[in-house]
Amino acid sequence: MWKTILRRILIMIPEIIILSILVFLLAKAMPGDPFTGSINPKADPAQIHHLMKINGLYDPWYQQYWNWVVHLFHGNLGNSYQYQEPVTRLISGRAVNTLWLALFTTVLTYCFALPMGMYAAKHEGKLPDSIIRIYTYVTYCIPFFVILVIGIWIFGYVLGWFPTTGSVSSTANPGFPTIASRLYHILLPGILGALFGTVNIVQYLRSEVIDAKGSDYVRTARSKGVPEKDIYRHHIFRNSLLPIAAFAGYSITGLLNGSLFTETVFSYPGMGLLFINSISYRDYTVITALVLIYGILNLLGTLLSDIILSIVDPRIRIQ
Amino acid sequence: MSLIEINDLKVHYPIRSGFWNRITYSVKAVDGISFNIEAGETYGLVGESGSGKSTTGKSVVGLEKITSGSIMYKGKDITKKSNRKELDYNHDVQMIFQDSLSSLNPRKRIEDIIAEPLRNFEKLDANEEKLRVLQLLDIVGLDADALYKYPHQFSGGQRQRIGVARAVATNPKLIIADEPVSALDLSVQAQVLNFMKKIQREFGISYLFISHDLGVVRHMCNNIAIMNRGRLVEIGTRDDIYNHPLHIYTKRLLAAIPETNVNHRQEHREQRLEVEKIYQEQQDKYYDKDGKAYPLVQISPTHSVALPEDLVEKIKHEGEVKA
Repeated sequence: MWKTILRRILIMIPEIIILSILVFLLAKAMPGDPFTGSINPKADPAQIHHLMKINGLYDPWYQQYWNWVVHLFHGNLGNSYQYQEPVTRLISGRAVNTLWLALFTTVLTYCFALPMGMYAAKHEGKLPDSIIRIYTYVTYCIPFFVILVIGIWIFGYVLGWFPTTGSVSSTANPGFPTIASRLYHILLPGILGALFGTVNIVQYLRSEVIDAKGSDYVRTARSKGVPEKDIYRHHIFRNSLLPIAAFAGYSITGLLNGSLFTETVFSYPGMGLLFINSISYRDYTVITALVLIYGILNLLGTLLSDIILSIVDPRIRIQ
Repeated sequence: MSLIEINDLKVHYPIRSGFWNRITYSVKAVDGISFNIEAGETYGLVGESGSGKSTTGKSVVGLEKITSGSIMYKGKDITKKSNRKELDYNHDVQMIFQDSLSSLNPRKRIEDIIAEPLRNFEKLDANEEKLRVLQLLDIVGLDADALYKYPHQFSGGQRQRIGVARAVATNPKLIIADEPVSALDLSVQAQVLNFMKKIQREFGISYLFISHDLGVVRHMCNNIAIMNRGRLVEIGTRDDIYNHPLHIYTKRLLAAIPETNVNHRQEHREQRLEVEKIYQEQQDKYYDKDGKAYPLVQISPTHSVALPEDLVEKIKHEGEVKA
């Protein structure tokens, strides 16, 4: 078990190196520079030239990359050109917000999706199954940002139940009221994300349960005289959870990526919104740092999936 | 009194089609069969693939929803779920399956697999349970270290023995063995069959032995029923079936057993061709207009065969002449 995990972690090292090179080069390949629009439209080209030079933006790419990596290991991701503050501080503030939202949405999604998938599979081909399937198809078909905009309009604007911008109310007192206010702000995006993000889990679980229902070992269990609810609990559910478990690692990173939409529409100050803004301002240091973080999170997600898989399924442990 | 009595059992699968999904046709997997299994005997159920023998076996365990007929156990009809529950029916009747790998849950350890029937029906504490599982493993000749392994870590023969141990766990009265050895090679077949016989001697279990392998059936069974197209065509003792087969289908099955003695091979081949010729020419005689077998008619106290009345009279007459 530990060997499996260690091996997977060792494999990640070259992956991260390649990832960092790609991220760095892609950011550099974007047209434009960080200074042209941001200082003054009438700024002297020579002045910009000078700024580019002292910031090392004319050096060969491998030299720039090397500098970046050395700084990286000192915990220094550079300064944001746009905000004029260290990237690490900028991102760590935003990351907490995104993490809250992602965690809340994930938990809620599983709470909705697992019972739905089980119920649909149990009543395969009957009315509840059809209703759940149609629901998942419909939610899958509608683009997510459309849902968000409609959600904001109905629940935020017309009914006024939820706040529509920000991550915390500026008037909330420190301590418990702040936490409550934070929760209140992630409630609407979280619920919308969960209600409309169930399709993968429901469909996977449903098809897995239907497979397991007809499998020989379930027949064996029935012939042993195992009560029906124990068959579902001990034999079917555990075996069907495998792809869901495999999916869990990815879905967490998927949600971080999905936060691009949510945070932009809700003006929620998280990593997604920061990312979008940085791209439009060519804020290289922030972009590379964020893409690198997203990339590493993806790698960690797959690692997590592999670990969960090897716990759930004894057959795939590497010796 | 018989351990279990099967009366006019029918299992039909409806085929739905068309816009309204109405039942347009039904597959008659089992179409009216009756037989009794005595305590402590091995009853063989033989037939070609698709003849309904597995469906019969599954109905007896209660895995199949039957269309009509009854299966009597301890004076109760166990085709009703409530009766099965009341009798703790699956405590007394267990099943062994053909595919030993897929019929064991791949994510459970052998200990849990064998202990699960015990957990359903008996309240044992952890130590007693472990002891019982070890005893069962010992009966089928497996070591104690098998406890913590998973099904995929065993060979086919070992797995089938685990299947046997699991089936024996609750001290059942009857075990349905659905082609228990047809997925195994010959040496392992003998091993598993001998374990089954040994368990039968020790615990007095009855078997309903479902197979298409007449050699194995001859080794295992006292009474044999031959199934064809969802109906029984011949019932009899081992001697009746192997030495005095009457129905053409039984004769064909027997002719299909390969001859091991090389010197008799040509003879055997001619005999087989002869049976096949009779079958081709006289098929209508043995099956009714719809291609179904006739109802069973008793020839001797132990021997019944599905033939029309006139043929039966002829056979009886011949028998008397010979006697």
